[in-house]
Amino acid sequence: MDILKLKGSGQAQTTSEDKVAKPEISSLASVAADRSESKGDFVPRRPGAGLEAKGVHAWFGKHHVLANVSLNFPSGTVTALIGPSGCGKSTFLRTLNRMHEFIPGAGMAGEVLLDGTDIYKSGTDVTKIRLKVGMVFQKPNPFPSMTIGENVLSGIKLAQLKVSNKDDLLEECLQRAGLWNEVKDRLSAHGGSLSGGQQQRLCIARALAVKPEVLLMDEPCSALDPGSTLRIEETIRQLTESVIVVIVTHNMQQAARVSDFTGFFLSDGGPGQLVEVASTKEIFSRPKDERTEAYVTGRFG
Amino acid sequence: MPDLSALPETLPERRELTTVPRFSDKVFRGVVTAGGFVALIVLGLIAVFLATRSFDVFRMFKLGFVTGFNWDSGDPDNGITPILGIGSMLIGTLVVSFVGLFFALPIAVGTALYLTYYAPYWLKKPMTILVDLMAAIPSVIYGLWGFFILMPHAIYWAKLINKYLGWFPTFSVPLPIFERSPFIAGLVLSVMIIPIITAVSREVFSQVPLDRIQAAYALGATKWSMIKTVVLPFGSSGIAGGAMLGLGRAMGETVAVYLVLNLYFLPNFHVLFSAGGSVASMIVTKFGEAGSLELKGLMAAGLVLFIVTLVVNYLSNLIVRRASRTGR
Ligand SMILES: Nc1ncnc2c1ncn2[C@@H]1O[C@H](COP(=O)(O)OP(=O)(O)OP(=O)(O)O)[C@@H](O)[C@H]1O
Ligand SMILES: [Mg+2]
Repeated sequence: MDILKLKGSGQAQTTSEDKVAKPEISSLASVAADRSESKGDFVPRRPGAGLEAKGVHAWFGKHHVLANVSLNFPSGTVTALIGPSGCGKSTFLRTLNRMHEFIPGAGMAGEVLLDGTDIYKSGTDVTKIRLKVGMVFQKPNPFPSMTIGENVLSGIKLAQLKVSNKDDLLEECLQRAGLWNEVKDRLSAHGGSLSGGQQQRLCIARALAVKPEVLLMDEPCSALDPGSTLRIEETIRQLTESVIVVIVTHNMQQAARVSDFTGFFLSDGGPGQLVEVASTKEIFSRPKDERTEAYVTGRFG
Repeated sequence: MPDLSALPETLPERRELTTVPRFSDKVFRGVVTAGGFVALIVLGLIAVFLATRSFDVFRMFKLGFVTGFNWDSGDPDNGITPILGIGSMLIGTLVVSFVGLFFALPIAVGTALYLTYYAPYWLKKPMTILVDLMAAIPSVIYGLWGFFILMPHAIYWAKLINKYLGWFPTFSVPLPIFERSPFIAGLVLSVMIIPIITAVSREVFSQVPLDRIQAAYALGATKWSMIKTVVLPFGSSGIAGGAMLGLGRAMGETVAVYLVLNLYFLPNFHVLFSAGGSVASMIVTKFGEAGSLELKGLMAAGLVLFIVTLVVNYLSNLIVRRASRTGR
């Protein structure tokens, strides 16, 4: 799928359709509309499968930063999380694979169900959870002491998994991350020798190598140029074949281009809350909450 | 293209760039300059002092002073010519120091890992202070502790090692005497150098970039596999530098080794056997009753030790500095 083309046709549609008061929101909406048209009416492939947050709260020490967030991430979808800085998007994301608890004093309440099982249930092996729910960070962070190939397979080594054919897995992951053609001749070069955008795709390949069910991405493109950003968005769209993607972004265009659903977070000085979640098309065309509308049109935030 | 030949024939005279420092600045500058140079001057003076005093010895014995194993102050009345060589002591210094490093390194790295990644929050501070405090204990105390408390146990361990690993040449003994062996001296030294290696390791571990640690955890790493793939590669050269620093300290250690090591002027690689060498301790032992030539020999031994420890320290600095620069 060519995102650039999609975007172009979306804008063309805008001009012909409505030239009314809110040009910005309508252009985003049509980008989003194009996306969901291409997807058709969404039917989850495996009913009951997926990730679900139920009444999630989060604390840093006594500081209550996230209140009562319930969100459903069905399999085969991309969900974008948007909202102003400091409203708890990253914190929420990190509760989904139990990375939140690394911060001393961190606390949470509520449930996160992965395929129907609470990942916070006592006796859970946290490392297994993180294998199923992978993560890509804001700043590309390949292991600099490893080669490109070793980086991709590092998860296998770290989690002590058995793989029958490492070369196949390596190629498959790099293909899916859209990096194979660029690095196939220099797999033994160091990870740090790639450009920022390539490094980020390497990190995606690395996350895919352990076959996660969910991939969490916290502003994966914020340090990248527009070209690399589009490559990664393309990659994300292709990933939906097999993984649930949750992506935090400050880029409305990106949310519109890449996601099926969008959740809007907001904090009014107190803990951050989920204001609204709906299909991306709805969020960008007719949001129910006026704060959502104000945010996506850029009137505050 | 600018015409490069168009440069004027006569270049203007360079101007002198000056500033007039304030009086307070001058005073401060004087103080710190003096401080900096005092250290250099003292170091230089020590080297010169040792070199002049030991000149005769080196002229007499040449390289044999370093490679020879015999130390005999001679008896001119009975026609016995003196022969001075510190080879066995140098070897002994290395053996004892490496035995010390062998035990100290894993314990220190383990302690540093524990303090950085495993210790509960409330324990970190007090434990760190305690480990640092270990470095402040006078070495004679370590020597006494080694002699009275550690040695009885260590002899038992030595016997066990000898019994089960005695087939390996290093762990065999020519005679069943286990007191005051390089093994025991090494144990005492290891306790003494643990703090410095721990401190250096802790420092590099605390510099491991958080995003790499998180990347590992997000890939389903256990704490140990994270440490193996992220922390240790990042910290390896820092640890090596810390180890060298500890080695330097161990090689120069005098009193503690003096109390727990039986000095013997033949190279001995049976670490469990009661015979060893140490340049520093040897100097202390001989100093009291040394004649004039022997005294010069002790100065020469000091010079050799001085140079060796300087080299080790320089290397360790080099390693630590490169570790922090590459940041790997
Ligand atoms: N390690 C931490 N310790 C204490 N408080 C934290 C920590 N990380 C985040 N917070 C607080 O939690 C709240 C939510 O932070 P979070 O990083 O989730 O926001 P965000 O929505 O991701 O913001 P941004 O868009 O800027 O990334 C903020 O008020 C922040 O100050
Ligand atoms: Mg964030």
